[in-house]
Amino acid sequence: MRPFVYERAADAAGALEMHQDGALYLGGGTNLVDLMRLGVEEPTRLVDVSRLPFGEIEVLGDGTLVIGAAVSNSDLAADRTVRETHPLLAQAILTGASGQIRNRATVGGNLLQRTRCSYFQDTSKPCNKRDPGTGCPAREGEHHNLAILGHSPACVATHPSDMAVALAALDASVRVQGREGERTVPFEEFHRLPGNEPERDSNLRDGDLVTAVEVPPLPMPSRYRKVRERASFAFALVSVAAAIRTVGATVPDGEGGVVRDVRLALGGVAHKPWRCRRAEDVLRGAPATEETFMRAAEAELEAAAPLRDNGYKVPLARNLIVRTLMELREVAS
Amino acid sequence: MTERLESREKVTGAARYAYEYPVEGAVYAAAVQAAVGKGEIRWVDDARARAMPGVLDVLSCENAPRLQDTSNAELAVFQSRTVAFRGQFVAAVIAETLETAVEAARHVRVEYAEEEPDVRLHVDHPGFYRPEKVNGGFPTDTEQGDPDGAFATSAVRLDATYSTPTEHNNAMEPHTTLAHWDKDGGLVLYDSNQGASVVRSVIAPIFGLAEDRVRVVAAHVGGGFGSKGTPRPNVVLAAMAANVVGRPVKFAVTRQQMFATTGYRTPTVQRMRLGAGADGRLNAIGHEVFVQTSTVREFTEQAATPTRTMYRAEHRRTSHRVVPLDVPTPSWMRAPGECPGMYALESAMDELAVAAGVDPVELRLRNDTDTDPESGLPFSSRNLAACLREGAERFGWDHRDPATGVRRVGRKLLGTGVAATGYPATQSPGKAIARADPDGTYTVRIAAADIGTGARTALGMIAAETLKADLDAVRIEIGDSAHPAASVAGGSSGTASWGTAVVLACESLRGRLNGEVPPEGIEASADSGDALKAREEYARHAFGAQFAEVEVDVDTGEVRVPRMLGVFAAGRIINPTTARSQFIGGMTMGIGMALMEESVMDDDFGDYLNRDLAQYHVPSCADVRTIEADWIEEIDPHLNPMGSKGIGEIGIVGAAAAIANAVHHATGVRVRDLPITPARLLPQL
Repeated sequence: MRPFVYERAADAAGALEMHQDGALYLGGGTNLVDLMRLGVEEPTRLVDVSRLPFGEIEVLGDGTLVIGAAVSNSDLAADRTVRETHPLLAQAILTGASGQIRNRATVGGNLLQRTRCSYFQDTSKPCNKRDPGTGCPAREGEHHNLAILGHSPACVATHPSDMAVALAALDASVRVQGREGERTVPFEEFHRLPGNEPERDSNLRDGDLVTAVEVPPLPMPSRYRKVRERASFAFALVSVAAAIRTVGATVPDGEGGVVRDVRLALGGVAHKPWRCRRAEDVLRGAPATEETFMRAAEAELEAAAPLRDNGYKVPLARNLIVRTLMELREVAS
Repeated sequence: MTERLESREKVTGAARYAYEYPVEGAVYAAAVQAAVGKGEIRWVDDARARAMPGVLDVLSCENAPRLQDTSNAELAVFQSRTVAFRGQFVAAVIAETLETAVEAARHVRVEYAEEEPDVRLHVDHPGFYRPEKVNGGFPTDTEQGDPDGAFATSAVRLDATYSTPTEHNNAMEPHTTLAHWDKDGGLVLYDSNQGASVVRSVIAPIFGLAEDRVRVVAAHVGGGFGSKGTPRPNVVLAAMAANVVGRPVKFAVTRQQMFATTGYRTPTVQRMRLGAGADGRLNAIGHEVFVQTSTVREFTEQAATPTRTMYRAEHRRTSHRVVPLDVPTPSWMRAPGECPGMYALESAMDELAVAAGVDPVELRLRNDTDTDPESGLPFSSRNLAACLREGAERFGWDHRDPATGVRRVGRKLLGTGVAATGYPATQSPGKAIARADPDGTYTVRIAAADIGTGARTALGMIAAETLKADLDAVRIEIGDSAHPAASVAGGSSGTASWGTAVVLACESLRGRLNGEVPPEGIEASADSGDALKAREEYARHAFGAQFAEVEVDVDTGEVRVPRMLGVFAAGRIINPTTARSQFIGGMTMGIGMALMEESVMDDDFGDYLNRDLAQYHVPSCADVRTIEADWIEEIDPHLNPMGSKGIGEIGIVGAAAAIANAVHHATGVRVRDLPITPARLLPQL
């Protein structure tokens, strides 16, 4: 590991000041420290922001959650209000990592964790994300758990977070303290698709510090479902964050109602949490039937461009969308 | 029911592992691995590394001292410029701190003349040859009768090819050595291994030392699963480094480095041909095995050997072919041979049962045999049928509907599967010393290894029983080559081998005890070699039956295992507490083999990619639901003084087949290539 300076910031302004060239912010360190040990990240300076005064979850009058960036994943998932008002967020977090890691990991750090693509994590191999311009061996090599949507010739990595998939579905936004002051970034604009700059995971600018995540109220049933190769402690093959509200009576044969509102996002399929806008367009105002759900899923996945070994993710994502919506429909009307 | 003797030390952290010995002045080594899959080292530039403060030395093929014995090319560390596989150790930095060593290692530049590696096992590879023998010293091929003719004319035929992937042992404690040369030129190794005597006898000649100049200590070992059964290059590297810098050197292989340097289970391709009568009675058995080795050293996994013992059939053939690739040398991983071999055999038996319309338990009972089918020897004991019957009853097999894809609860398909299991009950010669002291205590010494199995406890119980003493009065000292030489903790032979020597030593001691023990105490030693030679010839094997229930999510292809039952016949069970752990540990590892374990090779780089526990999946606690292991009382007078058979490996054997068979029963889909992941299963659902 390359020698580095460690500093602890007292407040956001101090953190920004400490964040000079070659510096990285340190939250729980559950990803960053690993990457430093692997030689993937080589900061000259770590600015510890885990103890900044962003450790609270605030509930605004309209039910909006303001989640401090330093809140631990465990605390967020265990928060009574969150569990009641935004269950998919708590569920998403609890499907991720292990209890020990969730205790350390912060909300801000969770958003900014880096891909688990094995080429990215191995400095003896080329990787456009780690070392721009060197190539992407994953495209022809091992990619069974990499992207099917929105990838580019330069990069087929996926974003590993579960929490971020829930936040994508929740229309969240991210509060950022930058050199030019504070701003709020809509969640869909926070992470990026790889394009020809896969080294950039997010649209944050140099020195930007995530201070909180705002989550508007969610007046409908929601669910997070994750598919993985073992029952816990594994990254998603595909996950879905879904919420749906229907109107109209449910009839005995299970058909019934019209989709009034819906939120849908996929994880494990792209370089960023994948908000399913196309599927939502199909669903909104349509009858809440399995047929509609299937049509919506297919509309979303029409853009899928699976690689040689990850084609299974297309039916997997489709099934997950359909099944999760079907389950939610039972409680949604 | 006896608790593990060292359990308190282990849970309080007091038990000392190789890296933790408080050796004064110890420094640290960090290794550099080959960054090409094949080639020659042109030069090594270590100037930058050497310039770093705290760096003591850098070793590579440019400057490493010559080793005295390089006959085992795997251990000829830094002796040649040839890179035989990616990840091979090509240099090492020794520094005052671990951090310095690791950082300096990143600045060692190695220039290669690179060639394209050939790393993919496939049955059409032109490099396959017939090895002289296979691992364990077994014959490469066997044949009886006219297997082709008999197969062609059988009423029910099954011809299917199965594959298992590369798997890595992944013990909790990676391979670690603390090497220390004393003033007189003797070598002390605190080392994580499965046999101190073996490490000593392999390492001594490499450094031109007499065996008694080397001492190997391995009091506690955090798992091995075979990967520590033979010394790996890390031991040589640490000893060489300590010699060069004149300081004790600690070297712990990292998790990532383990994948190239400490052994693994070869991938296999196995063609099974079973020919049977309409009643499912086997007439012909064929088992052709294709495996890989490295260009460094031949290792041929004996995957067809279980087929030589499990079932009766007049016409039979087994064969092994091996191809040398530009890969690390495969080695032992829990039940080498039996484990992948029994997966293929017991999957094929399940397919035959379906084809013949015979219940899978009944099919196995019909093909049971009184004598070892190929050697013709009688079994010392064989209770496969009893295990199958007992297991079937306890598992609730009687009401099983053979139809596939019909048991559905919500979005889950349910199914059950069975597989037989077996493992040879082997034994090696060894020595032990037993001592009585005037305070009424006894001490037994033997260079046995406890890699987490409970061996120390079992040996203590064996000694106490023989001495007719309380276990509290017996001190058992193992894990040190200074003790009488013992065989490796491998092949499920440890307790049988060491226990025999312990019994003989304790019996001899008892013979000498006559009233008061003098102040200097009384000692007796024993060597089990003659007793072993005098044994009658029998086919000695443990057997068992594995049952599994699975649920398969029809939307996702996820397979979970809510229930497993293993019933074993393994002679006398010495300590039920630790034996149960061994069985369920093996069965748990079988879940890993069936559903998740796979080391992914990149063909272009010649490198394993998923080199950590986040990417190389072994079962998590949530994957292990109800696992029951039990055994039938088996009295076998032809084994050893304890009447025991080995239990370290039989738990994994057959477990993957039982799960795969249950997946078929649940879904109607036969996945013949492990592991059964959503990527493999979902497209077929």
